[in-house]
Amino acid sequence: MAFHEKQVPADASAAVKLMAWVDSRLPVTEAFKRHMSEYYAPKNLNFFYIFGALAIVVLAIQIITGIFLTMNYKPDAAKAFESVEYIMREVPFGWLIRYMHSTGASMFFVVVYLHMFRGLIYGSYRKPRELIWIFGCAIFLALMGEAFFGYLLPWGQMSYWGAQVIVNLFSAIPLIGPDLSLWLRGDYVVGDATLNRFFAFHVIAIPLVLIGLVAAHILALHEVGSNNPDGVEIKNTLDANGHPVDGIPFHPFYSVHDVMYLGGFLIIFASIVFFAPEMGGYFLEANNFIPANPFVTPTHIAPVWYFTPFYSMLRATTTNFLLPLWIFLAVILGMFALQSKDMKVKGACAVIAVVLAAGFYALDAKFWGVVIMGGSVVILFFLPWLDHSPVKSIRYRPQFHKYIYGTFIATFVVLGYLGIEPPSPLYEKISQICTIYYLGFFLAMPFWSKLGTFKPVPTRVTFKSH
Amino acid sequence: MNAQHIGKEKLGTSMKRILQNLKGICQVTILVTTLGFGLNASAGEGGYPLDKAPDRIGQNASLQNGAKIFTANCVGCHSAASMRYNRLRDIGLTDQQIKEGYISGDAKIGDLIISALNPKDAKAAYGKAPPDMSVEARARGTDWLYTYFRTYYKDDTTPSGWNNLVYPNVAMPHVLASMQGIRVAKFENRKDLHDPEKVERVFVKFDQISPGSMTNEEFDSNMGDLVSFLSWMAEPVQLERKRLGIFVLLFLAIFTLLAWRLNKAYWKDIK
Repeated sequence: MAFHEKQVPADASAAVKLMAWVDSRLPVTEAFKRHMSEYYAPKNLNFFYIFGALAIVVLAIQIITGIFLTMNYKPDAAKAFESVEYIMREVPFGWLIRYMHSTGASMFFVVVYLHMFRGLIYGSYRKPRELIWIFGCAIFLALMGEAFFGYLLPWGQMSYWGAQVIVNLFSAIPLIGPDLSLWLRGDYVVGDATLNRFFAFHVIAIPLVLIGLVAAHILALHEVGSNNPDGVEIKNTLDANGHPVDGIPFHPFYSVHDVMYLGGFLIIFASIVFFAPEMGGYFLEANNFIPANPFVTPTHIAPVWYFTPFYSMLRATTTNFLLPLWIFLAVILGMFALQSKDMKVKGACAVIAVVLAAGFYALDAKFWGVVIMGGSVVILFFLPWLDHSPVKSIRYRPQFHKYIYGTFIATFVVLGYLGIEPPSPLYEKISQICTIYYLGFFLAMPFWSKLGTFKPVPTRVTFKSH
Repeated sequence: MNAQHIGKEKLGTSMKRILQNLKGICQVTILVTTLGFGLNASAGEGGYPLDKAPDRIGQNASLQNGAKIFTANCVGCHSAASMRYNRLRDIGLTDQQIKEGYISGDAKIGDLIISALNPKDAKAAYGKAPPDMSVEARARGTDWLYTYFRTYYKDDTTPSGWNNLVYPNVAMPHVLASMQGIRVAKFENRKDLHDPEKVERVFVKFDQISPGSMTNEEFDSNMGDLVSFLSWMAEPVQLERKRLGIFVLLFLAIFTLLAWRLNKAYWKDIK
């Protein structure tokens, strides 16, 4: 195809001419229209829809502050701890950059958890948005990796022993485990080699993946359009121009809306950075102000708060827990077998139950703890196919669904709390019950999600003018 | 009049909505914060309840006194390797004052606070290298330090001849004994309420054997100054941080207010 230079009148301004010149070579104006000024978003998006935009802002904060931290940080076991204090004391505004980065890490998870919660209650993962959800889950996984690798870098006691505990988890994998964890660490204990490779993962490998996934997440979103609190497809009702009747251009309406909430978010963010950067020991742990010491194990090793729900499930998986866990999984498999008419599915369920029984008997509970912890994240990927309810949004679901969702959120918070606390027999029991509930919520979703009387979903969104 | 009234009412309802939304965020923040403060109430390793340390970070006279106690008594063994002597300017001292009153040996004003004691020798002498003090207050907490400094007692069963209620069998001797004087601790054997077989050794009181240069009240107050200094040293920028924070929040409040009105102006046409 021949090159086509965009024509502008001879008396057009220099800016118009320049834009025409660029647009002929790179469709900047078209992209802006497609993703901003002519991207139609439902007009009834509520408060819970701000967290996607906020997540991008936090990502930007992390990348920019991260670049400046990298200029002064030393990824060397002998110098890392001191270099962080050097940043805090001698680099002009280094303390601000560092606190923004440490606060940003926690706030990233606050924002992402709320973003996921929104997706969960309004059915944003349902057809045709399965890929958006999958990219989102991949972002969450990458973010967990990013946070984990980054947490080693200050080289404090919690950094060190947290990494030690997590890398040791891989040694629970049968046969290859011990060699695998050795390979990951690059040493027999977490050491200088580990710090250097974690630094590489933290500053370049994972961020590249993360940015790629975020781009894919947004492109997929803009392809199918945003969901909304009613779970109504706005593209089903178009006006004469072919635009959704219930849609409004993202820019300026949602850009100005997001900027307003960004102001509120930054007020909270700045309050933490300037007045409570340690956040009572949750964002910066006291033990991490003691330099890493391979010879002194802290009495209580807890991961940072955003990992604790999953860490709780790992800890809950003790030898005593394997039998109840197997019974629970066997019941779920039995329900799948009963529901299916296909003999192959029935057979597969039976085989899985037997294999699990053999595995629970033969392998260490620690290994199954790792499987449960990993599985509790991986299971999120399958949500679009687990939910069989006829409606997307919680607004039109039966009352008892709301209780199930409410209990699920409570369970997640309780697991998070228990993961912070030192273990005790009572807490162990509670975390085991919560683990079963967490897994049951997803695994039994194909059954409970279609039960009950659903309210009729309107064809248009519900919207009250401001 | 009427239109104005309606305008006000609409302003009120949208205010309410935003406040409700903000309430959500605040609740999460408060939840996280309260969880955080729950963690703080604690006892030392020895099970001895911690006293509340005074916070004198804003008081330069106290910080200067704390710095004096620190450089005179602690730097002999402990470094504060992230801290430079000239940072003491931030607590109201001049270079001249720092040189004359706070630096011993041939260290220069711009040097890091490095102890003359070689860590290897220290390890040989005490079995453990004295920890760096730069961020010790952030690791231990001020209450721990304040109680720790004030609960030393004479104990002939330990290598140093001293023991501590908060940090049992601590390697460090009671360096400040000349100020506090020498005390012994009285313990009592008590039966465990839950398990009569077990006998607990419970601290009852201190007995002063020989007086120090200070009264108990004076010593406590000086330890308050020392702890405040250590806490200040753990993050010398903390006062500046809070001062700057107020301006940042003011700016953000105005920004948010304008963004709110702008949002309002755009959305008024969306029916």
